[in-house]
Amino acid sequence: MTTFDPARRKLLGRALAFGALTMLTGCNFDDLQHPDLADKFLRLMSGWNNEVQAALFNPHTLAPTFKASEITRPPRFNAFYDITRAPQVDLAKWRLELGGLIGDKRAWRIDQLRALPQESQITRLICVEGWRVIGQWSGVPLRHFLRAVGADTRARYVAFKCADGYYTSIDMESALHPQTILALDFLGAPLTAPFGAPVRLRVPTKLGFKNPKSIMAMEVTNRWTGGYWEKQGYNWFSGS
Amino acid sequence: MNSIVMAPALRAHARRRQPARKVIHPWPLRVMHWLNALAIITLIGSGWQIYNASPFLPFVFPRWATIGEWLGAAIAWHLAAIWLLMLNGLGYLLWGFASGHFRHKLWPVSPRAVWRDASAAIRFKLPHEVGVYNAVQRLLYLGVIALGILAVLSGLAVWKPVQLWPLSDLFGGFFPSRVVHFTAMAGIVLFLAVHILLVALVPRVLPPMITGGHLPDPEWHR
Repeated sequence: MTTFDPARRKLLGRALAFGALTMLTGCNFDDLQHPDLADKFLRLMSGWNNEVQAALFNPHTLAPTFKASEITRPPRFNAFYDITRAPQVDLAKWRLELGGLIGDKRAWRIDQLRALPQESQITRLICVEGWRVIGQWSGVPLRHFLRAVGADTRARYVAFKCADGYYTSIDMESALHPQTILALDFLGAPLTAPFGAPVRLRVPTKLGFKNPKSIMAMEVTNRWTGGYWEKQGYNWFSGS
Repeated sequence: MNSIVMAPALRAHARRRQPARKVIHPWPLRVMHWLNALAIITLIGSGWQIYNASPFLPFVFPRWATIGEWLGAAIAWHLAAIWLLMLNGLGYLLWGFASGHFRHKLWPVSPRAVWRDASAAIRFKLPHEVGVYNAVQRLLYLGVIALGILAVLSGLAVWKPVQLWPLSDLFGGFFPSRVVHFTAMAGIVLFLAVHILLVALVPRVLPPMITGGHLPDPEWHR
């Protein structure tokens, strides 16, 4: 083609203008079913940032711990719903369901979890929004629990499903970190509904939304399952 | 042979053999300048949106000035644009040292020269010399480079207070890192305001940052 058709040029110009417009207006992860160019670019970069954070993650680096006097009081509630709508779990009926690459998939009762050796930590929870609180949690180190149930710790992910429909997943390296615990107690007493009763995950090496509350099921898997907020655009690794 | 006597003649000879006049801003500088502008604007706009999610001063930034419709998008833009800023900034520092740009254009800068040029500028008696940065400009450019480095380091400290704990400790912890990061941003925004104001006052400095422009040949003025 030797001649440059003005109509073609006009079309090209419009396409470029449209592209620029989508970059400007569609930069909001607002329509998950129809990701635009900007969304795809941001997903790509977020995937790259997952890789960088995994490379940066040192399994021996501990999150800072604090004195009891530094604990934030009153504790701060946070969820994607109002505190009055926190899920009420019936402890008598509750079981921790296990799935995926786990040798012994029998469900666990709360008293069975309490019979396991417990560890306590006073650590800081940093929210993706930028605020932070210091709290005291205690429970079963996840790495001990994973070994106790015969989980394949060479698998890539540990995924969690919660009573309120929330779900998330973490990398195996973070799951095996010494400070990652299945917390049963908060501030010296069993977890209450707003703070994740009966069991929540506590990962002080990750942002707050990677600490799912009121866990109903746990799966060890090589399949990437993402998460409630991650699907909407938060970075999946979200390490701290 | 007396090389000291010969040197000016050689230089004149070299000048005649290279008729192409020197540009004001060489092309690597122009490319990096505009890539940096893109990165900085994206980082500031998205950073304001991130700040708005948990402000620590009694104000938030107006929505129209932010990038990313909600926090998730703002963080995604911020952590995408930072790669452009860091790679481009690293390229700029390497190029600046290797090409002699820093040595010849930004150095030296003495307090006396800054005082002299600043007082001249306030009385509107500081002429714009093409291709030469006055002492105030040198101080501002060196200052904004330092602020850029501070913003990156404090940003890394906010991003990874656990894994990059020495950096977090250096700034005094997680929240102080946020404050330092915010302060560095404020300094950069202040620089941008002055930078853009000066371009508005002397608009002829803008085209050379796009085309390169050219330095006046001293021989033409004889």
